[in-house]
This record gives sequence, C-alpha cells and structure tokens, in this order.
Amino acid sequence: MAAPESANTSTGLLGWIDQRFPLTALWRSQVAEYYAPKNFNFWYYFGSLAMLVLVNQLVTGIFLTMNYKPSAAEAFGSVEYIMRDVNWGWLIRYMHSTGASAFFIVVYLHMFRALLYGSHRKPRELLWIFGCLIFVLLMAEGFMGYVLPWGNMSFWGAQVIVSLFGSLPVIGGGLVDWIRGDYVIADATLNRFFALHVAALPLALVFLMIAHLMALHEVGSNNPDGIEIKKHKDAAGHPLDGIPFHPYYTVKDLLGVMGFLLVFCGVIFFAPTLGGLFLEAPNFEPANILQTPPHIAPVWYFTPFYAMLRAVPSFAGTQVWGVMVMAASILVLFFVPWLDRSPVLSIRYRGPIYKIMLTIFVVSFITLGLCGLKPPAGIYPLLAKVCTFLYFAFFMLMPWYTSLDSVKPVPDRVTFHG
Amino acid sequence: MVKRCWLPMGIAWLAAGIALPAGAALAEEGERALLHAGTDINDVASLQRGAHDYMNYCSGCHSLTYLRYNRMGEDLKIPPATLAADLMLTSEQPFDGINTAMSPADSANWFGKQPPDLSLIARERGVDYLFSYLKGFYVDKAQPWGVNNMYLPNAAMPHVLAELQGLQKPVFQNQPEENGSARMVLVSVDMMTPGAMSPQEYDGFVRDIVNFLDYAGEPIKAKRQSLGVFVMLFLLVGFVFAYLLKKEYWKDVH
Repeated sequence: MAAPESANTSTGLLGWIDQRFPLTALWRSQVAEYYAPKNFNFWYYFGSLAMLVLVNQLVTGIFLTMNYKPSAAEAFGSVEYIMRDVNWGWLIRYMHSTGASAFFIVVYLHMFRALLYGSHRKPRELLWIFGCLIFVLLMAEGFMGYVLPWGNMSFWGAQVIVSLFGSLPVIGGGLVDWIRGDYVIADATLNRFFALHVAALPLALVFLMIAHLMALHEVGSNNPDGIEIKKHKDAAGHPLDGIPFHPYYTVKDLLGVMGFLLVFCGVIFFAPTLGGLFLEAPNFEPANILQTPPHIAPVWYFTPFYAMLRAVPSFAGTQVWGVMVMAASILVLFFVPWLDRSPVLSIRYRGPIYKIMLTIFVVSFITLGLCGLKPPAGIYPLLAKVCTFLYFAFFMLMPWYTSLDSVKPVPDRVTFHG
Repeated sequence: MVKRCWLPMGIAWLAAGIALPAGAALAEEGERALLHAGTDINDVASLQRGAHDYMNYCSGCHSLTYLRYNRMGEDLKIPPATLAADLMLTSEQPFDGINTAMSPADSANWFGKQPPDLSLIARERGVDYLFSYLKGFYVDKAQPWGVNNMYLPNAAMPHVLAELQGLQKPVFQNQPEENGSARMVLVSVDMMTPGAMSPQEYDGFVRDIVNFLDYAGEPIKAKRQSLGVFVMLFLLVGFVFAYLLKKEYWKDVH
C-alpha cells in the first residue's frame, strides 16, 4: 500500500484528513489505481447495478419506514397512506417494490456471468462464497419485506413458507412457533419480520457486500477470457491488459446505470405491478385468515425454488424431502468452484458439453420459475420434476463433464476490440 | 480466433430459456373469458360521471375508505361546492375517506357478508372483471336475491342496477361429460325484461363506474404515466451523454 507517500503529497483539508485517515490511499488503492481488465463486456454491468439497487433499497426503505406501521391492524392501511397521502410516497414505494425484483434480476444475471466466465474459480472461491451468502440473505430479506404490506398473499405466502420449517423432524413444531411468535402468522410475526427486514438483514447485507468487494479487490477481477491479467505487467507494475477502474469503468458503469434506469423507470411509471409479477393482485386485499387466495404462489424470484419444493412428493409421511431438496438447490451453489474441473475458466475456450449443459440449466431454471407460478396441475408437476432433475444434474455431473469436455487454446493476452 | 459473440450468445440463451417453457405452457385452464372494459383513466368527464353514479348506486353499501372526498374533488376537477352538494351524501367532512353509513353488523346480517370496501377492487380484480361482473347478472330463482352472476357464481350481491340494465335470463347448453352423462353449462345470457337504459347506454354507464374504480384504486395513476414520459425522455438524453462520455474516455484504451 502506498499510504504514507500519498498522505504526504496531499495538502489543505485533504492533507489534514490524510494524516489522520487513509482517505486518499483508500481512493487510490480501491478505485483510481485498482486495475480491472479492459475487456469487460455486457455481463459485467450487473455487479455495479446490484450495488446501485442496494443503495436504492436502503434509501427508499428508510423513507418508507417513516410512514409504515408494523402492526397487523395498521400495516395495510399505512401502505395505502404512503401511496395516497404521503408526498411522492407512491414513487418511493414503487421504487422499493420494483427495486426488490430488480435486485433479483441483476443478481441472477451477475451469478450467470460467473458461470459463463468461470469467475468463481481459484483464486476467487471466497469471493463467490460471499456472493452466495449475499444471495441467501437477499432471499430472506425479500421474503420478509414481502410480508410487510400485510396483503392477503403476503399473509398466506408467509403461512406456507414458515410452515416449511415445521416439516423438520423433532424440532419442527417448536421451531415454527418460535419463528412466528404465535400459533399463526400474526402481529408478533409482522413486528419481528419488520425488525429483521429494516435493521438486521440490511446491516448484514452491507457488511457482506463490503467483504465481497474486498475479496474482489484482493484477487482482482476475472474477465470474459478467464485469463490472469497480472501475468503481464508494465515497468510500473500495472497489468498490461488492465485499466484503472476510475475513470474508465466509472464512466462505463454510468452508461450501464442509464440503461438500467430506462428499464427500471419504465416499470415504475408505466407498469409498477408488471402484470401481477412485481406486485401481485391478491395483495391488494388485506390479510384475511378466513379467506385463502385461490392459488398461493410466491413472488416470481422465489418460484424456481418453490417449484423444486413442490416437485418432490411426500415420502414416509413427511414433506421434509421437498424442503431438503430446496435447501440443497441453494447450498449446491457454494460448491461450484470445486465442482468445476475444467482446465479453462471461460466458456469461450470450453467445449460443447459445457455449453449444452449451461443451456439446459438456464432453460430448466426458467421453466421451474414458470412452474412455480402456476397451480400444480396439468403438465406442470411433471415439468417441474424433470427440471429439478436437470437443475441438479448440471451441478452434480459437473466434475465429470467439465473434465471430459474438450478445450480450445487459451490466448496469452485478453481479447479486446477497442 | 474468438469473435465478439457475447451479445448474440447471451440473447440466444435467454431467449431459449424463456421461449421453451412458454411454449410448453400453452395449455391453460379454461376460465370464462372477460369482456373488454375499454376504460380511460385520462377521461375526466367519464370519471366525473362514474363518481356521481358510484355515489348514487354503490356508496350506500360499498365504502372507498382510502379515497378522501377532497382528493377526489381535486383530481376529478369537481368544485368543492358541487362536491359537497352532489357527491357527499353522508355527514362526513371533505377530508374524510368515503365511508358507508350502513353498519357492518346490519349488512352482514342482510347479505350474509359485509359488502367489501372497493378502494382497491380494480387493482385486485382488474377493470375487465368489474365491467364483466356488472354486466353478468342473470335471473336465478334459487339465489336469495333472485339473481346470480356469470363471472362470480353465487355472488351475495343483489342486482342493484336491474332497473337500468333490465333482467337477463341464462342460456344453458348440454355439455357431454367424460362418463357419458351430460351437464348443463351456462354459456351466455339473453335480455329478458329491458330496463330504463339501452344495452349501449348501460355499457357506457358501467364503463364510467369501472373507470372511476380504476381511479380510486390508484389516484396517482394518470399523473404517474404522464410524468413517466418526461422521466424517460430525461433518461434517454442522459443515456446519450453517458454514451458519448464513455466513448471519449475510452478513446485511448487500445
């Protein structure tokens, strides 16, 4: 670290700060002199966009908290109060509700990018694991946030998801009561979900995001060629194929932000419910313990996992197998860096088998998402079973097909068309 | 040689991912097709008529708790005096929500259930459903109020608008079952006793009320959409500048 030298060169207020806090040193090491590969493509926008959405959720969330009432009696009405009586409350609320879905979209694409270019492989395993932890926390955050408006789908969705814990042997029943704080989803549940949603989980998410970035800046970014740019350095010790993050990627990410905002604001201003996908129609009715919605489905971003849960039949008198499969479908992500045995990282230099497997994986994941939205009737249960099998096949067979697959020669320097 | 293939490659993946399951999912459950409401949230005259008709025909039983009288007056360009004289039929203040004077205990007793608040009904069920529902009443002597509804079987609501629409009689058809027997299925309704309005007039009447309910579900809707146009234009300009800025900075990256 160049902290002492840089501290000496700054003067005035910045100099005063630098003698007491490594502000300039941090700026240089993390931004202005952080060398990123110059060949980032479209898929590399989603990391910075995830950060943007996180900030959006934190800021709009704070303002929502100022008018939201976390009680079963008042929650639904307070959301309508925000939508109708709070100045610009409707915009803040739509930014938050659309932001929740946008978060999952950018995170799914960000994770897909890692599968494309082997960004999880050595030395980036811990970076990937931090990312997986962020994803798990994000699911918890999304679920609890979804309960807060206290609509009928919030209520019954929570009823279904929380009762999953009840299928665990021995501790199940007690665990469910402990989570709910009552014998049904009730005021106590809403109150504690609020606490977790606005304090505990965002705090953990921010810490994990910092750890994710620290790990990234320690090992350096991967790139679409999946090769190490630090192998070739200039006289000053900077990677020949690297460029300073600032200004090159700050201006490039600004372009990504503008493109993202066009879509994001398009949804907010013209289709905030997105046909019932982002805000579900039954949730415009207050929670009602006496009236189950005709079809209970989680929000779209959970439906692939929900479909896997439903795809597994109950066996030996318990539903716990489906819960285990759903948990395994997320846990398996943590092991991808070690399941992948290919000698190359990027899909550009992999053989046809990985390309076929990845295509099957994407198709089955999206199909699962569709199955989870639909009632379990007709073709959907069978489709969900097949796709659950394919989802796991992608991961469990990975050690074999990645080592069997042919590879193309990897270039020495990154491919770049300036 | 690796060509610049990330975009077609990625798009092909996503397209395959979305198209294949969508194609497999074409088998849909057969619900009764809804009529097209054809409402327009920007048609203030229609919203004013809808508000007037709602207050006269609906508000006796159905509240609009989350909509305040003065907000409605402001949005629908109804002067305060007219609002108070023509639309405020109870003793509430302009800043109050639109509540019904009927007590919940009485209504639950009379109708079997309390008539629901309709503040968000358009967001929950959609305008096409509401339009269809209000046109879907037919005579059914087996029901407590003598009418049933095509789109909500065994609806608890009487046909309040019967004097306007008239009464419709159901048209049944025999539909063969898998086990060889036949089942009577309601396929459509026919006008039996005409009401005070022609079918076209009644359609317009119902359309106004549904349009008003769409407004009541989200009073900001019209403003949100018109504001959205400016937001998109602003962002488009921003996008162009961001693109030029990026291009300028990246000139020296080779």
